[in-house]
Amino acid sequence: MNHLDQLENKSVYILREAYANFKNLGMLWSIGKDSTVLLWLARKAFFGHVPFPLVHIDTKYKITEMIEYRDKLTREWGLNMIYGMNEQALSDKQTFPDKGADRISCCKLLKTHALKQTLSGQGLRYRFNHETLEYEVDTNTEAFTGIIVGVRADEEGSRSKERYFSARDQGNIWDIGDQPPEFWNQYKTDFAAGTHVRIHPLLDWTELNIWEYIKRENIPTVSLYYNQGDGRRYRSLGCYPCTSSVESCAKNVDEIIEELKTGKFSNIAERSGRAQDKDDGGGLETLRREGYM
Amino acid sequence: MNSKKVESIVQKSDDISVDETARETMNIVVVGHVDHGKSTIVGRLLADTNSLPEGKLAQVKSNCQRNSKPFEYAFLIDALKDEQTQGITIDSARVFFKTNKRDYIIIDAPGHIEFLKNMVTGSSRAEAALLVIDAKEGVQENSRRHGYMLSMLGIKQIVVLVNKMDCVSYRKDIFERIVEEYSRFLLKINISPVCFIPVSGREGDNIVAVSAVMSWYKATTVLGVLDFLKKEKTSANQVFRMPIQGVYKFTKCGDTRRIVAGTIESGTIKVGDNVIFYPSGKKNKVKTIEAFNKSMREESSAGYAVGLTLSEQSYIKRGEIIVKENEEAPQIASRIKVNLFWLGKKPMVKRKDYIFKLGTEKVLARLEKIERVIDASNLKSVEAKEEINRHDVAECILKLKRAISFDLVDKIVSLSRFVIVADYEISGGGIIREALPDGQSWVREKVFMRNCKWEKSNISQEERAEKYNQKSAVILVTGAKDVGKKRIAKKLEASLFSLDRFVYFLGIGNVLYGVDADIKGKADVKQEHIRRLAEVSNILIDSGMILIVPAIELTQDNLNLIKTSVNIDRIITIWVGGDITTDIEYDLRVDNVDDLDNVTGQVKRILKNKGIIFDSAKE
Repeated sequence: MNHLDQLENKSVYILREAYANFKNLGMLWSIGKDSTVLLWLARKAFFGHVPFPLVHIDTKYKITEMIEYRDKLTREWGLNMIYGMNEQALSDKQTFPDKGADRISCCKLLKTHALKQTLSGQGLRYRFNHETLEYEVDTNTEAFTGIIVGVRADEEGSRSKERYFSARDQGNIWDIGDQPPEFWNQYKTDFAAGTHVRIHPLLDWTELNIWEYIKRENIPTVSLYYNQGDGRRYRSLGCYPCTSSVESCAKNVDEIIEELKTGKFSNIAERSGRAQDKDDGGGLETLRREGYM
Repeated sequence: MNSKKVESIVQKSDDISVDETARETMNIVVVGHVDHGKSTIVGRLLADTNSLPEGKLAQVKSNCQRNSKPFEYAFLIDALKDEQTQGITIDSARVFFKTNKRDYIIIDAPGHIEFLKNMVTGSSRAEAALLVIDAKEGVQENSRRHGYMLSMLGIKQIVVLVNKMDCVSYRKDIFERIVEEYSRFLLKINISPVCFIPVSGREGDNIVAVSAVMSWYKATTVLGVLDFLKKEKTSANQVFRMPIQGVYKFTKCGDTRRIVAGTIESGTIKVGDNVIFYPSGKKNKVKTIEAFNKSMREESSAGYAVGLTLSEQSYIKRGEIIVKENEEAPQIASRIKVNLFWLGKKPMVKRKDYIFKLGTEKVLARLEKIERVIDASNLKSVEAKEEINRHDVAECILKLKRAISFDLVDKIVSLSRFVIVADYEISGGGIIREALPDGQSWVREKVFMRNCKWEKSNISQEERAEKYNQKSAVILVTGAKDVGKKRIAKKLEASLFSLDRFVYFLGIGNVLYGVDADIKGKADVKQEHIRRLAEVSNILIDSGMILIVPAIELTQDNLNLIKTSVNIDRIITIWVGGDITTDIEYDLRVDNVDDLDNVTGQVKRILKNKGIIFDSAKE
């Protein structure tokens, strides 16, 4: 059993624990490489099926290819796909690109707030109808009690302190200083009404592991991760006004793995292309305490 | 440890594998008393191996300059804002670095007693530990407590780092005194450390580079010893154990497979193997080993998350453990002797229900008896206590609401480990040392054999349920003498019968003078009577029927015995009469026996709620 096998089997165990213990379970799918690996692991865990909805928070500023890719896989894999957004902030133009908010506030409104509203069911949810091939307003407004998220411990400081099963209180607040213990493959599966649990099956994976696994399993990924001839590619995907690409000649998965192994990026944070991190004092901690993924 | 031994270690570790596709990863936790310099050592390890992101060192240094405080290597690790202001590690942070041999995840655990739960969390993910002791302060309370917790958590490889050697003028005698004192402590808890290394995190002595000032120390550095640590082997050569995580059927998606999913804890399994489910005792045979995006396999082993399909249909559920028929059986018990550590804010007390979790099993439990409370910081027994306080370690007896399956700590250690949940939070953990008898043990053995030998019909429970439009159940009608139990039971039978239910009234005398003829009238046979009644009931409900049994003054003990024989989800208990004369926990109490229609209405509602009968056209 090699290291990738160990990671895969542990993640599958966590996904099955989540499925057994949470009635209203969903999985965040940001369309990025990590949450797509997570989606693949769910298909591993449940033998080709994904027995819970996938939730995407749409800021309307996502790069076009990302949405196309999302809907393509939704159709091909028969996914139960839901998206939600902060319609109020978008119509009021309270966004960074509209100059109605700074980067951090824009993230809080379009992502953190939209996520809270979508998870609680207070905000509208749009569900993909596989017959009409259109999204329609979801009639189910029950709150999610368990939500699977693809964060990794090596991404940035606060994520390195996460539990596999991490409690969020009624206000989605993460009390980082007072987390319950977690040991021996036993997780927090009991929770008070009104609270929810974030589940992190990818905590132990690194950026390189993710790409090695994408290669081994031949997982389809969005083309933005590869150099299309201009000598640049995205290493981390987000909203286009706040995400920049990195210099790279890697045109495919093999070349990305090669590039990561050479140590080219070993001294540059993976999320260095994400402008909001810099505005948060070099980390995501402020955003994450309040419910950011 | 003498220097010769360590030198040979270093040579061995030269034999490194550089095959990138097979690179292994090892988790190492750093523990020890608060302020003994754990984060500094980790920070130094990262800085001196060039494992830090570009500019990080400069950034933290300039931050320190701006705030006019001296730079510390610990600041590199304590990335979170809270921690920098308080100067202590609150939670376990993970950092990554690599050597030629393998990749490391270093888990920096907090040393403050307040955060013992975080130390436990960090340590449980590790395969080895670096335990840091301050040369100036010597062995402190948490140096011992952490050592003890590591042994409880099952971490066997411990490297002891005597830090801050620069503060004691790098003196050999001080180092040796600590080695002697701490070795003695570790011996008491059955740990033999990998080695002791004198270091200075602040000055970088013996972290990555060999110390120039401690010429009396000839053995390896911290970096050197890491590659010597061994990977834990998977337990494929032990007996087969797999706790069931779930039984999946995705019929809506056109998939007819019924897959029993779980992760193999130990041993190996092959297609065609005969298996037994514990604690139910049901037998079956492995038909296939399922997988997604992988070719089907004939065999799988410890560590793999798999899915099995079985040759025969059988009702099994999450929490049971799959065992191979020809291998050593696990334990079954509802009373257990355990060692546990408590981390909850509120103490663990008697007469309170806790959730007990082991493998994938979950059951209510109570603290029956505290045999001994130990202070983990000095291994002394604390005088007799009635409760287990935060950070206590205790030997005690737990009573579980029903019997479960597990292994003892000296057999399959992972299946002897449990956690206790109080007020939604994991509040304690421990290991099972002994299975103790309870009032149902003698019946449990018989039931287990009966299930093993049970000859299955070709008609499944599902098919019967569909045919009769009901699931089977036993309705126990109990209460004091002459309160109208039989009248209610017969009325209920007639009422269900008129709705085309497959139902049967079983008078207790019908069993007493026939099945029980050999023991009738003898002393001390009440429990045997109950056992036989339960066995008769079990056969009748296997036929798919709803059975109604009146019985005088059943106690909770009697009911526990019946539940040992008959599936717990299929028992409904009704108490008749205003006086409750036993301790039984009932589903329904009937005061007014004259309003029979009302009574039957209530029972039918219970049957519906439990999913035993469904709505039919006739109602």
